[in-house]
Amino acid sequence: MEGRLTLAGEGLKKVFNRRTVFDNVSFSVATGSVLLITGRNGSGKSTLVRIISRVLSPSAGSVRLEADGMTGADPWQTRIGLVSPYLQMFEEFTATENLSIAMGVRGLPFDSARADSLLERVALYPRRNDPVRTYSSGMKQRMKYAFALLHEPPLLILDEPTSNLDEEGVGIVRAIMEEQRAKGILVVATNDLADVGRFDAQVDLNERR
Amino acid sequence: MSGAEMTPGRFLRSVLAIFLKDWRSELRTRYAISALLMFVITTIAIILFSLGSEGAPADALSGMLWVVIFFGAMSGLSRTFVMEEERGTTLTLQLLAPASAVYFGKLLFNLVLVLGLNAVTVLLYAGFIAGFVIRNVPVFLITVLLGSLGFAAAATVIAAIIARANTRGTLYPVLSFPIMLPLLLTVINATRLASEGAFFQEAAGEFQILVSYIVVVVAISYMLFEYIWKD
Repeated sequence: MEGRLTLAGEGLKKVFNRRTVFDNVSFSVATGSVLLITGRNGSGKSTLVRIISRVLSPSAGSVRLEADGMTGADPWQTRIGLVSPYLQMFEEFTATENLSIAMGVRGLPFDSARADSLLERVALYPRRNDPVRTYSSGMKQRMKYAFALLHEPPLLILDEPTSNLDEEGVGIVRAIMEEQRAKGILVVATNDLADVGRFDAQVDLNERR
Repeated sequence: MSGAEMTPGRFLRSVLAIFLKDWRSELRTRYAISALLMFVITTIAIILFSLGSEGAPADALSGMLWVVIFFGAMSGLSRTFVMEEERGTTLTLQLLAPASAVYFGKLLFNLVLVLGLNAVTVLLYAGFIAGFVIRNVPVFLITVLLGSLGFAAAATVIAAIIARANTRGTLYPVLSFPIMLPLLLTVINATRLASEGAFFQEAAGEFQILVSYIVVVVAISYMLFEYIWKD
């Protein structure tokens, strides 16, 4: 079991085709904290989210996730949950199949009772056996939360957390954020501060160009 | 991120899950299977019509078999990566598994597809092309098996490279040809030996080349795949 978790970024820089998206971005948050990433459109919020998620390499700097008792045998993929507009589900499969595939590809056992309870929580349980391609955009956004939370990640990263959601969906997301704040690290990239409430550290990308 | 950070058991489960995901997706969409089958059937029909009642030398027929297999593979094997890119699920897979697990899962899927393609192609080719006679079946079967492994190994990594290009349709065979040329020349020669009834010892040199090709391509792909896959 892991103890206190720390997420730290140091001197992060990203350059695309000679265009510097951001430079000298540093932050550090620990278990029980919320990191807020803000910045106008095109300022690199999603790029920074991808770098923190380890699916994109920074041009300079590094991101570290450290915990007491962390072992080298545990890969990064089991520690991160990501919800973002550019994350896509495997649409020819049903919600339950998507969750089963996610756990299988992580190399972890699939707990169908947990999958059912998550789908119930995001109000997709009655449609769990329908292919995801038949879902509305709001339902797909809810599905991403079930996908991100299934393996109980200590680090939850949300990019535009409430996009496409109705009032009920926004309520579900706020409850999920509160829970994550209590037991792990929450990273939120948004310009809508009402999405986040209290936060402990902030990266404003408007100042990092 | 390398697979070394996962335990071997978890790594194997991950590889198998990626293979099964692709296989179930293929059974639902039938994209690659349909493309491969249509290509093989129409190409063999064209060869049949163009030869008419006149035969062709064994050398030419051995070569034509692998021409059918090469272009058949080109029509369907890139699908495994192109599909992820088109649907935007590349990021999803990057989040779920280390690059090496994705590579081996996709390699396994392409291997099964190529073995199926080659089995159908060889059966149709031997059944319809009258002058194509195999006098040493074990040598021919080993050639097809090693050729399939080589095709799958090279096609998988090239598919990963071209998946993000806009001109991926034309780039795939163009990029594959020089990389697969040593493989093609060797399997064509080994098939000619099998059709002439050569002994295993005579074809052993070709098999050694094929095994070396497979080992080199898989090893280089494994080492480079993370760079191809991540950024």
